Amino acid sequence: MNKETASVPVLEMQNVEKHFGGVHAIDNFSVKIEHGRIHGLIGPNGAGKTTIFNNITGIYAPDSGKIFFLGKDITGSSPHKVAQLGIGRTFQNIRLFSNLSVMDNVIIASNMDATYNMPQAIFHTAKYKEREKHLNDKAMNLLEIVGLQDKAAERANSLPYGHQRKLEIARAMALEPKLLLLDEPAAGMNADESLELVDFVRQIRDRFDITILMIEHHMDVVTNLCDYCTVLNFGKTIAVGTPAEVKSDPEVIRAYLGGNE
Amino acid sequence: MIQVFNAINNAFCNFFGINSYIQGVVVLMCVNIIAVLGMSVLTGFTRLFSFGNAGFMSIGAYAVAILTVRYHVNFLLAIVLGSAFAGLVAYLLGSITLKLHGDYFLITCLGFGECVRVLFNYTKKLTGGSAGFPGIPNYSNMLFAVICAVLAFFIAWRFIHSKYGRNLTSVRENELAAEAVGIDAFRFKRMSFTFSAIYAGWAGALYGGYLMYIVPSSFNLAKSCELITTTVIGGLGSLTGSLLGAIIVTLLPEIFRGLANYRMLLYGIAVVLIIMFKPSGLYGYKEFSLKRFIANIKKLFGGKKPAAGKEAE
Repeated sequence: MNKETASVPVLEMQNVEKHFGGVHAIDNFSVKIEHGRIHGLIGPNGAGKTTIFNNITGIYAPDSGKIFFLGKDITGSSPHKVAQLGIGRTFQNIRLFSNLSVMDNVIIASNMDATYNMPQAIFHTAKYKEREKHLNDKAMNLLEIVGLQDKAAERANSLPYGHQRKLEIARAMALEPKLLLLDEPAAGMNADESLELVDFVRQIRDRFDITILMIEHHMDVVTNLCDYCTVLNFGKTIAVGTPAEVKSDPEVIRAYLGGNE
Repeated sequence: MIQVFNAINNAFCNFFGINSYIQGVVVLMCVNIIAVLGMSVLTGFTRLFSFGNAGFMSIGAYAVAILTVRYHVNFLLAIVLGSAFAGLVAYLLGSITLKLHGDYFLITCLGFGECVRVLFNYTKKLTGGSAGFPGIPNYSNMLFAVICAVLAFFIAWRFIHSKYGRNLTSVRENELAAEAVGIDAFRFKRMSFTFSAIYAGWAGALYGGYLMYIVPSSFNLAKSCELITTTVIGGLGSLTGSLLGAIIVTLLPEIFRGLANYRMLLYGIAVVLIIMFKPSGLYGYKEFSLKRFIANIKKLFGGKKPAAGKEAE
């Protein structure tokens, strides 16, 4: 782990609030995530987990509070700016470029590497060719890592569900993010598949030396994967700690099992 | 310079025995091709609908007419300036309207096209008003129009098959996901809109140089609709499809001259039929490839019927 980046938290949220009308979607939410950690965000449906993601990635601007990414204030930045800074994400209900090829999905995500300009693109200059080749190689490399190299030419929406999830992760990785936000990566997976996912996410983290914040419902995934987690209920933070700690927290048990005092 | 061009064109046409009627049809076809290619980038690749592109055509046509007749600017330079001016107008219009989503953008474009037409009707001193603008030099001969169309297709093809085209397509496919991988959707929508307006302006300039006389009413809402329907008939998300669409839509009325009055009716029927039976258009979401074409022909004659049906889909 890099000592310098370790001193500044990769992501810090301070007292972030977001209301929709009278609903407190997130209430006074704070979190600090150190470099290289896998941080879990758990809680029942409607607890505000995805709203937190949307606040980080700029889809919503928080009503109050601050969000820092590697020490830089990103509160209220637009989504593409946040992405360009190095925050990649996946979506709860997969959002691929469905009619495009698997390869193009990844190539599009590395658009920041395509540093040629319009005349260079129209005249196919050496720079254009060199950059396009780089993009192709990079995309192929990422597809190999997620095991989709044989499907490169297929249309994204023709892939089975599990592969679509992996493609979405490969696409997010093409941004070369420093922080990866995973929104329910194990949704719709059975026990074996989610076990495989645990390995896969850990592998991605080690290989690219990134920090991960993930929303997850499967407690076994969270226990196996996360260093820390934050438990939310109705927008409020009810517990913070290691998976083992929060699992034994009475408040958490009540939230999940439904008030059997 | 125009005389030299026309002389070369005449020599060429005489040599191949192409009469002036065919020349005219080819010029109009090239005008349509260029305008529809612009529309294709906007509608087919970015999924933005504009009912105002005839307005951009008229801006290009009038700009070139004014520059060449009043200021004696060289026609090539005038075409470049006229198209660029149409692009500039689109850039500014896009800057204020592209934050609007879906139908609202469509309606502003519709309003814009009509405004331009009315504006040209009322600025009599500059444009000749509804009586039209006569005396435009006859620079759009067949050869020049074909060169323009080929160049337009080449540029559009390279544009679409570079990061620009990919980014536009990603916005079409899923705007949120495009933003999430660092693509400024607004910027690329505006780029697409500007591109289509430059092409519309270019087409308008050619049109003026062919007829040597333009009136605001040639660039009405019906023309904008025709551009959109041609793009849909040809196939969304395909440049070769748009090319095919533009050729068909120009040629059919010529072939069925007697039915000229029913043209809009036939368009309507064609669009309804395509939406019902082939919603992606004649060549939707794929480009014509000679290799695949030859393979299909071979299959057709090789007697392997079941595979051929699948290919054609």
